[in-house]
Amino acid sequence: MIVLDGSHSGVPHRRSPACRSCREPARGRLPAKVWLLQPGWYPSEVDSHLTLRVDGEEWSLTVDTRTTLLDALRDRLSITSPKKGCDHGQCGSCTVLIDGRRRLSCLTFAVAHDEAEITTAEGLATGESELHPVQQAFLDHDGFQCGYCTPGQICSAVGMLAEAEAGHPSVVTPTGNGSGESGRPAVLDDDEIRERMSGNLCRCGAYVNIVTAIRAVARR
Amino acid sequence: MIPFDYSRATDARTAVATVMARPDAAFLAGGTNLVDHMKLGLASPELLVDVTRLPLDRIEELPDGGMRIGATVRNSDLAAHPLLRRRYPVLSQALLAGASGQLRNAATTAGNLLQRTRCGYFQDVTTPCNKREPGSGCAAVGGWNRHHAVLGASEHCLAVHPSDMAVAMSALDAVVIAMGAEGERRIPVREFHRLPGDTPERDTVLEHGELITAVELPPSPPGARSAYRKVRDRASFAFALISVAAVLETDGDRVRDARIAFGGVAHKPWRATRAEEALRGAAATEDAFRQAADAELGAAQLLPDNAFKVPMTRNTLAAVLRELATEERR
Repeated sequence: MIVLDGSHSGVPHRRSPACRSCREPARGRLPAKVWLLQPGWYPSEVDSHLTLRVDGEEWSLTVDTRTTLLDALRDRLSITSPKKGCDHGQCGSCTVLIDGRRRLSCLTFAVAHDEAEITTAEGLATGESELHPVQQAFLDHDGFQCGYCTPGQICSAVGMLAEAEAGHPSVVTPTGNGSGESGRPAVLDDDEIRERMSGNLCRCGAYVNIVTAIRAVARR
Repeated sequence: MIPFDYSRATDARTAVATVMARPDAAFLAGGTNLVDHMKLGLASPELLVDVTRLPLDRIEELPDGGMRIGATVRNSDLAAHPLLRRRYPVLSQALLAGASGQLRNAATTAGNLLQRTRCGYFQDVTTPCNKREPGSGCAAVGGWNRHHAVLGASEHCLAVHPSDMAVAMSALDAVVIAMGAEGERRIPVREFHRLPGDTPERDTVLEHGELITAVELPPSPPGARSAYRKVRDRASFAFALISVAAVLETDGDRVRDARIAFGGVAHKPWRATRAEEALRGAAATEDAFRQAADAELGAAQLLPDNAFKVPMTRNTLAAVLRELATEERR
């Protein structure tokens, strides 16, 4: 890790009290010497320093304001479970949980998420051996083929199950039958699962088993 | 994407003053439309003022029984609000019919009102578009216009407004509260969006730097029922071909009052006042519903690919009103 004048600004690093840029978030151009040594980061007039908590680890980094959250995670922090599919908010493969809610990391700038808590599909498991129930269900029910959309599907399913638990309705929720009303959990049949997961595309067409996997977790 | 500065607003007045002072500045909320436009080269602000941490994220009940919805309330939170679901089902249903779960968790009330058309030519910088580049022409005229307007279009622009939420708000007579240099002003949603005329580059009546702070819903009349129905090419996560928002009040078998708005047919949410007029005092029958639809759609101007929108809107309006009238008699 490169340390210049007690600072390693520009280099993504786990947050440290010994680092000046962690203590005093700075903006602006850094000496050329630093960026020449750092592939993937180039100084610009629009750099911004931020802290992200990703999958339980705190990161301190300087980004060009144009960097999407997806690119910051993948290219700067080498957290590659969120995938770049369409990069326009249409496919869902970049889905992560931001402060507990499912969001598209391609349609938001990293700089807008200073101090945010990000969970990617990698961070859902507890340690090396214990998978998240939704991850395990995707394995048990063969809920994928090529796997490219899978981390987004899994993050989306985790967020969706929390929304249903909190009583959020969907457009196919029958009105007036009490489902999901006044904070009661919404009942998730297959139509509900399909509607609520419609923001995640799977070009292999593994939808049948994706619905089965999510249904298995929802019924617990 | 050109470089831009990012600033996080801590109070609304400063945010307004900052954006007003710079023609190249823009407000940033959920970003689901603006960030995409910046990637596509449709928008190139040099300063983004992030308003998502302003205290504009509350949903409150008003003393008169109406509701006040903060500008940065997320679409998903609004759709799930128990009081909104009870009093204004049309609005909850419209929100849930739009976008996807992930997008609704990001998109805000104000951003939804301000989203821009999904006309394929508007989004493609290689084609002429008067909305994107005034004076360059309209590629949809004589082009692919299946999704385009049948009401209120001009030779300069055939685009339709993409929002579902705004269609329901139009039927509910909602009011947009906007903060400018001289304080706040109230703009009925019906007058908020514009028809294209010869200035299609302007979607709304907002001035540069004016900030939406809230939307207010008037109280729902006792006995009123409401619903939203959207017709699209696939079952979910698609923009409307057409949509109908309706609020119906009946007296026995007669219509006391109806408020109706169409989506997907015009440059703005289309308030169907002629249909409403035809329904007031009429028998609540299938025939009357279809005649009301015809009263509104008689003015339709059809393009080669979109004539289907007229019968589709008529059938959908009749179906929604039939459902609401039946519910009411129960």
